[in-house]
Amino acid sequence: MSATGIGASVRRKEDHRYITGQGRYTDDINRPGQAHAWFLRSPHAHATLKSIDAKAAAAMPGVLGIFTGDDLAADKVGGLICGWMIHNKDGTPMRAGAHPALAQRKVRYVGDHVAVIVAETLAQARDASEAIVVDYGVLPAVVDTASAAGAKTVVHAEAPDNTVFNWHLGNKAETEAAFKAAKHVTKLDIVNNRLVPNPMEPRAAVGDYDQGEGAFTLYTTSQNPHVARLVLSAFIGIAPENKLRVIAPDVGGGFGSKIFIYAEETVCVWAAKKVGRPVKWTSDRTEAFLSDAHGRDHVTHAELATDADGKITALRVKTTANLGAYLSTFSSSVPTYLYAPLLSGSYDIPAIYAEVDAVYTNTAPVDAYRGAGRPEATFVVERLVEVAARQLGKDPAKFRMQNYVKKFPHQTPVIMMYDAGNYGASMKKALEIIDYKGIGKRKRDSARNGKLRGIGFSSYIEACGIAPSAAVGSLGAGVGLWESAEVRVNPVGTVEVLTGSHSHGQGHETTFAQLVSGKLGIPIENVSIVHGDTDKVQMGMGTYGSRSGAVGMSAIFKALDKVIAKGKKVAAYVLEADEADIDFADGHFKVKGTDKTLDFGSCALQAYIAHKFNGQDLEPGLKEGAFYDPTNFTFPAGVHICEVEIDPDTGVTAIERWAAVDDFGVVINPMIVEGQVHGGIAQGVGQALLEGAKYNADGQLVTASFMDYCMPRADDLPSFDVGMTVTPCPSNPLGIKGCGEAGAIAAPPAVINAITDALGHEDIAMPATPQAVWRAAQKTVKRMAAE
Amino acid sequence: MYAFAYHRPATARQAAGLLAKKEDAKLLAGGHTLLPTMKQRLASPAHLVDLGACADLKGIERKGRNLVIGAMSTHAEVAASPVVQEAIPGLAYLASHIGDPHVRHRGTIGGSVANNDPAADYPSACLALGATIVTNKRKIEADAFFTGLYETALEEGEIITKIAFPVASKAAYAKFRNPASRYALVGVFVAKRGSDVRVAVIGAGEGGVFRWSEGEAALKARFAPKSLDGVKASAKGINADMHADAEYRAHLIGVMAKEAVARAVGK
Repeated sequence: MSATGIGASVRRKEDHRYITGQGRYTDDINRPGQAHAWFLRSPHAHATLKSIDAKAAAAMPGVLGIFTGDDLAADKVGGLICGWMIHNKDGTPMRAGAHPALAQRKVRYVGDHVAVIVAETLAQARDASEAIVVDYGVLPAVVDTASAAGAKTVVHAEAPDNTVFNWHLGNKAETEAAFKAAKHVTKLDIVNNRLVPNPMEPRAAVGDYDQGEGAFTLYTTSQNPHVARLVLSAFIGIAPENKLRVIAPDVGGGFGSKIFIYAEETVCVWAAKKVGRPVKWTSDRTEAFLSDAHGRDHVTHAELATDADGKITALRVKTTANLGAYLSTFSSSVPTYLYAPLLSGSYDIPAIYAEVDAVYTNTAPVDAYRGAGRPEATFVVERLVEVAARQLGKDPAKFRMQNYVKKFPHQTPVIMMYDAGNYGASMKKALEIIDYKGIGKRKRDSARNGKLRGIGFSSYIEACGIAPSAAVGSLGAGVGLWESAEVRVNPVGTVEVLTGSHSHGQGHETTFAQLVSGKLGIPIENVSIVHGDTDKVQMGMGTYGSRSGAVGMSAIFKALDKVIAKGKKVAAYVLEADEADIDFADGHFKVKGTDKTLDFGSCALQAYIAHKFNGQDLEPGLKEGAFYDPTNFTFPAGVHICEVEIDPDTGVTAIERWAAVDDFGVVINPMIVEGQVHGGIAQGVGQALLEGAKYNADGQLVTASFMDYCMPRADDLPSFDVGMTVTPCPSNPLGIKGCGEAGAIAAPPAVINAITDALGHEDIAMPATPQAVWRAAQKTVKRMAAE
Repeated sequence: MYAFAYHRPATARQAAGLLAKKEDAKLLAGGHTLLPTMKQRLASPAHLVDLGACADLKGIERKGRNLVIGAMSTHAEVAASPVVQEAIPGLAYLASHIGDPHVRHRGTIGGSVANNDPAADYPSACLALGATIVTNKRKIEADAFFTGLYETALEEGEIITKIAFPVASKAAYAKFRNPASRYALVGVFVAKRGSDVRVAVIGAGEGGVFRWSEGEAALKARFAPKSLDGVKASAKGINADMHADAEYRAHLIGVMAKEAVARAVGK
């Protein structure tokens, strides 16, 4: 291992510019003559738009244009799309309503876009928006996930019972038979709470139109600028791809919420041509709460069957997923193909059957949020398994180990083919780290102080790098899920790597450079990673689903192989040897069995000056590209154990210990991976203890600011003990799995299992706030007093 | 935010003059309530009179049996003041637990008391310690000052100049923070001066800060945490919201009072 190659904890190259305030985010971009957009948003969850009178507003100072849904329709601007087709149980396609960027005839959630005001200044745009008179015909709102399907209120006429689809996966008959034959059945009703993503940088967009070229440029906070260009071009119809450049510069976190193509950037880029001026919009935090796609929001009944030996024989779930008022870009895939295929967990379960109904409600659209479907699945599986162990009187760790998948590859009944893993090794290591043997004593010590101590397990598995493209296409995906890379070697041997992956906090400028530095044997300073600009990178699929390491870096790996192969040809001419006799190692091309060498930089120079070979025999230059389409998902897995102490007097849950043992396959930069684990756990703890988006019956978001929506803070979290096990992924050349979402997937059931262990009953939902835990602990205290 | 005219007088007297002269003028102290409200376009004063340059509103001193704190003293200044730490350490503790460092370096005691936010910390200290709120016009006892949610005895044009806290023999504060906002979900300030014991509660009352008489009676008998065993605050008149219903808040009054007493007696 070199000091900057794979496996080294290289300090993040990008951090200097972030920490010194020199990052360049979308809001930092200001174009000459730029105007500002403000969106007039619906204050009602559900209403008809009887009329919009903007006459007085249009005459106000600084106003350049006020546009509504009718203006978009007149320009034939298409609606926002959902890029994953789901089919119902009966084979019919899902029932999707239209999703115009600016509302037409009806608004469907608080924050829905009624009109855009473009003005010289933001304050003028806001002033004008207050002068617009909208006559709303307020309708009753449907808000509740569980009862949306039966509600009288209909969100979209296309889905008359508010049901977008009723979908299923698995082997129903075998599952029912297994439940009939079961010795014991564990049943749970679960609510997976709705979350607001809250990246530090809110969404923003600057649309620019060059009249001379007839070309648009959109600067936007995107995790996948090429997908944004594709959708804006092919579906929304802003401009052909060759006349539309999308730039996603530094992006301050996304957690999934910046995958999607939203109304605001669509309108900004369109309006730039309309008013003949660049148009900028930056979300404020309230707008982010109201209009960023939310996450989770499932209601589930789940059952687990076991036989007389405590072997799991079957699992079934019935889930209702709230997709909000409109189908966001990948919303339909989240509670289906990103959820049900993970319901086997790390366990050998012969029969699984999942039914998922997706519903429309008058709430913000719901889509992928860190983990996307997999946290929901893991919560179901790990709660069921923990409760089953308790009901069967078995040690939860041993019960898990008894039921683990131990032979690989393993075909589950729900699509997935687990390729490699060693779940028992992670469990053993986690038990050591947490000092499982000492838990009894620690519980007694807490009890002496009037506290309740509990320990909870989460033995998660997840699937990253959704692939291969042909397979996901057959499941309804509208896109392929490969990645591209181009390696440009400069004449002096420095390297630019153009990648279709997008970094918004993950540290790609460091980890990707480590791969290049290690493989080409060149200093890491000589490597630059270029991403986030459709004019520079030809095509790419972007960053989400923990795919950039496994898929994005594999594409770079493939392109580097091509560079080395070409370099060997050049070196053969220069060193006057046969190409087959050239080896490449440690940055040098070498003739086997001789001391004749050519370093990488000299080889690059030779490739460009082309003095030593004939241009007809070998093309000059050193630049190679690759598209990499994986052969399978990757399956990171691990065991997280959480230990809590509850103060029954206040209901405060203190996380005392956290052991996280993850198997991410080959790790490029352990420091960055640990950071990902920490951040993921923090978000998972947030879901378990603190966060919860709540709408009232009228569809008003009552948690629309940090005053009421509780984000995790440093003092809510313990110091994490992070360990790793390594079983390399066999389906990509680097053996990488994926680490970006693991913590957020693993953490919630670990916390709730620990709390329910402490309480001695299962009656607590997420978020387990102090009030909720206090109430639940009263039961425990009463029971203990009775004993 | 809408446009407004900005004034920065050098004395409280000049500030009062501006306040009287300018129509629709508002005082700006630390701005932690007013500025966010203005940014959200929920308030739109035509004139802002910034008290930040009024040197006569600053300063912390011990005057006989009183600790006197200038209205424009920031929470950080109160928390770090050796005078406060020596006279009423519980008050320094309270100040050191308001908001976060940013808030503590901008927010002021006068602004907090004048605003009388039902979840702010200072009103509980004023009430429990029997403070006197001194304005440019008169002196107002704390018992008469806090009149309701965001309401005080302050009249039009009146500016708090300082707050005088009688030094107590024992005083301490304990709060249970709202997990999201970190404001006091329930805060309890206890103070013992001679035979008098006062327990003031913030965060919980529908009408803002109030004195918990059952707690006071129990502690007058003996000023010790144990005295509060079995003394329950009634849930009647207690706030309920999504973070805490009345029953939970009422329960926390007892828990926090006990914690405050334990702190006051050094246990």
